[in-house]
Amino acid sequence: MTGYTATVTVRLKSGVLDPEAETTQQALERLGFELEDLRSADRFEIDLDAASATDARERAEEMAERLLANPTIHDYEVDVTER
Amino acid sequence: MTVAVVQFGGSNCDRDTVQALESLGIEAERVWHEDGLPADVEGIVLPGGFSYGDYLRAGAMAAHSPIMDEVRDAAVAGTPVLGICNGAQIGCEASLTPGAFTTNESARFQCEHVHVRVENADTPWTRQYEEGDVIELPIAHGEGRFEIDDDRLETLEDEGRVLFRYCEADGTVTPEANPNGSKHSIAGVTGEEGDHVAVLMPHPERATLADIGVTDGQGVLEGFRAD
Repeated sequence: MTGYTATVTVRLKSGVLDPEAETTQQALERLGFELEDLRSADRFEIDLDAASATDARERAEEMAERLLANPTIHDYEVDVTER
Repeated sequence: MTVAVVQFGGSNCDRDTVQALESLGIEAERVWHEDGLPADVEGIVLPGGFSYGDYLRAGAMAAHSPIMDEVRDAAVAGTPVLGICNGAQIGCEASLTPGAFTTNESARFQCEHVHVRVENADTPWTRQYEEGDVIELPIAHGEGRFEIDDDRLETLEDEGRVLFRYCEADGTVTPEANPNGSKHSIAGVTGEEGDHVAVLMPHPERATLADIGVTDGQGVLEGFRAD
């Protein structure tokens, strides 16, 4: 078994309204920053032991499917690195 | 006849719901989620509140708690299930009902009275009303914006699964009367297992007792009365 860190990034699907991101953008603009757009995402860093990077990825993907993301509104991506 | 009002850590409308149901002569009891459903359960409410502190997403944690397997089995077997507010978020996260309730367009928690129009009066939850009736109910949520992909939205509409739509006092559906930016101004929908399963963001249990002033929500809770 090898130690891996699976990083799961969960973001809203394209086209789904993100009021918190819009509010954050407005707050940055009030502080004088110039920006075109702002998107927010949640990132989960999961340490786990697995037989291979593929195995670690599959487990992290199942976690995303079943809990970390809501498929109605979210897309997600998984990145695996060896610890 | 016992309606189980499932109490999760952070639920806060469970007592109100029991009191409202009992005021209508419908027997109800609070059930702590770790204790499982009583054997004689004939109806289930997923009540409002902030289960698990809204961690991750409102309703996400409760939706994956063990009692929800029992709720799902009961729903499949035909037991009426009603999710109110946080219970609606839980119902969607558990895939008992379609779509998701997510952050209000305003990005703020909103606590106010709204009007909703009865869209389908042929369900247990709306049979006390006529299609097109306008009723007044309170809302209190930060994540009540109904979101769903456009194809599934059209299917819901075609199948008559929209229970209530936010509207003006005269029944007109306008963007101004939509408190949270919900697609098609949807305030409540029926479930995947049939219309005996439903969720809504407004609080019928807060519009049931005469002492509170508005009693328009009684008809929704009457859905638990045995035929």
